[in-house]
Amino acid sequence: MCLALPMRITAIEGSTATIAAEGLEQECSVLLVPEAKVGDYVLVHAGFAISVIDEAEARETLALLREIGELGEAGEDEGADA
Amino acid sequence: MSKGDERVLLGHGSGGRLYRDLVREVFLAAFANPVLERLGDSATLEGPRRLAVTTDAHVVQPLRFPGGDIGRLAVAGTVNDLAAAAARPLALAAAFVIEEGFPLDALRAVCESMAATAAEAGVSIVTGDTKVVERGAADGLFITTTGVGEVVTGHDPSPALVRPGDVVLLSGTVGDHALAIIAARGEFDFRLEVRSDCAPLWGLVEAAVTAARGAGDEAALRFLRDPTRGGLTTVLAELAEESGLGVEVDEEAIPLAPGTRSACELLGYDPLTLANEGKMVLVVAPGAAEAVLAAVRATPYGGDARRIGVVTDAHPGVAALRTALGTRRVLDMPVGELLPRIC
Amino acid sequence: MPTLDREALARLADALAREARERRCFMEVCGTHTMVIARYGLRQLLPATLRLVSGPGCPVCVTAMADLDRVVSLARRPEVTLATFGDLVRVPASGTTLAAERARGADVRVVYSPRDALRLAAEQPGREVVFVGIGFETTAPTTAATLLEAEQRGLTNFSLLSLHKTMPAALRALLDLGETPLDGFLLPGHVSVVTGSECYRFLADEYGVGGVVTGFEPQDVLEGLLTLVRQERPAVAIQYRRAVRPEGNRVAQGLLAEVFEPCDADWRGLGVVPGSGLAVRERHAAHDAARRFGLEEAGPSREPAGCRCGEVLRGVLDPVDCGLFGRACTPGHPVGACMVSSEGSCAARYRYRGLQTAGGAA
Repeated sequence: MCLALPMRITAIEGSTATIAAEGLEQECSVLLVPEAKVGDYVLVHAGFAISVIDEAEARETLALLREIGELGEAGEDEGADA
Repeated sequence: MSKGDERVLLGHGSGGRLYRDLVREVFLAAFANPVLERLGDSATLEGPRRLAVTTDAHVVQPLRFPGGDIGRLAVAGTVNDLAAAAARPLALAAAFVIEEGFPLDALRAVCESMAATAAEAGVSIVTGDTKVVERGAADGLFITTTGVGEVVTGHDPSPALVRPGDVVLLSGTVGDHALAIIAARGEFDFRLEVRSDCAPLWGLVEAAVTAARGAGDEAALRFLRDPTRGGLTTVLAELAEESGLGVEVDEEAIPLAPGTRSACELLGYDPLTLANEGKMVLVVAPGAAEAVLAAVRATPYGGDARRIGVVTDAHPGVAALRTALGTRRVLDMPVGELLPRIC
Repeated sequence: MPTLDREALARLADALAREARERRCFMEVCGTHTMVIARYGLRQLLPATLRLVSGPGCPVCVTAMADLDRVVSLARRPEVTLATFGDLVRVPASGTTLAAERARGADVRVVYSPRDALRLAAEQPGREVVFVGIGFETTAPTTAATLLEAEQRGLTNFSLLSLHKTMPAALRALLDLGETPLDGFLLPGHVSVVTGSECYRFLADEYGVGGVVTGFEPQDVLEGLLTLVRQERPAVAIQYRRAVRPEGNRVAQGLLAEVFEPCDADWRGLGVVPGSGLAVRERHAAHDAARRFGLEEAGPSREPAGCRCGEVLRGVLDPVDCGLFGRACTPGHPVGACMVSSEGSCAARYRYRGLQTAGGAA
């Protein structure tokens, strides 16, 4: 369940936002994310933004993935506590 | 459901499995003949001149869309079916079913579009027919085009000629036409940069034939087909099934327009199953592949052409996709109607 | 946004291979996870010690036959325009589908958003527009918001048939069955955007089973699995931190509470799970299709002969082990919902199957 695409807010009027992904633009309701502002990335599901994507967390996920890789390469006998 | 109560579903018209079932169970069963049984996009007739003949009905809604209209579609679609048989278009016939009340200006615009597209392909519309039906019976306008062409090669490109090691080329981005139509229908409220790719491809195929001859053997051009309804996966699955060989293509090599990716992710479509109206799949012997690719890329509608895969003797009869992760999965014809995946 | 990074994926796969020493069985309970895993062949990247099964995460698949028959009965009413997500159109009801009904003249429209259904109601005041509300906690707030908008705008010809279900009670019911020993759950990323992660705490506390709220990129899934593997004791964690907060989306939760109340729901595979459905509250009765059209309480469901969707949905039967799989039941001629819905386990396995040659089993 839950096809939702990250899209960037380019404009907000009332509870309707204009959102864009590459080559695509549409409107969605931001009723569920009143804190959303222009420039934010939101997850859009069935015509509604359901979450503002936390860019810091997004970057941290990437960094964590790299870290996992480095720790993994450090040795054969890695325990499950890294 | 008893047999007497079976109905034709929208899915039967979508170019995938259901469509093939209908063709076999109803049309082939009634019309049975060896030429029809080959189920090619056009039929090559035996005789002093090797002629190909094809026919298509065009029922697109809306009638005008970014990148074209029903007229351009009608001409290009038929020219491309002939091109897939390596046949230069000689003549087109067009039958119109027009709904009462249809504006004459709109009809003129459609005809201008047809004339321009035909001129591009070096062919004329030489005969036709017109019927008018009551309001509500024809969705505005239906056009059926029939084309006759002359096969320019000594051989008939076909899945039977394909060999392991042959290279699979795709002439450009996929999914554009279907998405342009979906966007133009306004059922889903979005603005897409994607335009229909609707275009006549005889020039592209002619360039491929010339390049194959130049590389030593025109028979290096083994197989041609345009991925219309049912998309690229249908052509690849049919190729594998009809040749009895395996086909493997690389997901990352398949060109997609930016808006296509976004729209497909939003709506849950697989771009490889979406219809195209200005693209060609070419299977070429390895010795001529580079020359053919270069020649196609030099044509107006082939600028994004890529090598996307290869014919193999592994997994006979099966077309496979190598994903961006390096894992592999089977490519099937889509089943029936395109439905966006949302929930 | 994390994009497809082959190196990161390779490293995650290596880490899994190194660290998943003991045999473990994890379950994902989200149709979109089912899809991503199948589409990218992620099982091909997992070590033999890790078994990943699909649970009741496809909202279309878990909708009981009796509920589908109620949808069909609405579609058959001449005054009704039935608006639905595309997923539902080909699902087998008793002897028919919405596609077949449409071919017989029913007014069935596919929409992307419940607001599209509202637009239909505004454009056609003479029609009764019914939106079929299917989906879990991700979608339910969107239909709740739409129902409230219908009220505000006085669109009396718009109503909602709520077939919405909620996850936590179903997970409890699944674990209570005790059929497959499960070592952990990949928890649904977008459902959890709304619910937050606290509602799953009982998995660890009462059942000793861990859960990780996971996103939908291939990297997310592998990282979610790695997090489960690394848990020293069962816990509920969030991998999908860029979208999910522990408290969830309070505004969405508020809308759910305003419009819906818990009710019993019939899940294909699980039977009736108390309190796992969402029913429109009395105060919004005017826009509740069930009341508006006097729909009977759905009776017991009868599955098509030989269909084992229920077992597939509980994760005890691998789709390929069902006798109908790939033979009598294919995406072209589906017997059960799991083969029709594009998020169904059987459809995902069939459409995105790996190659049965050496070097590529799904």
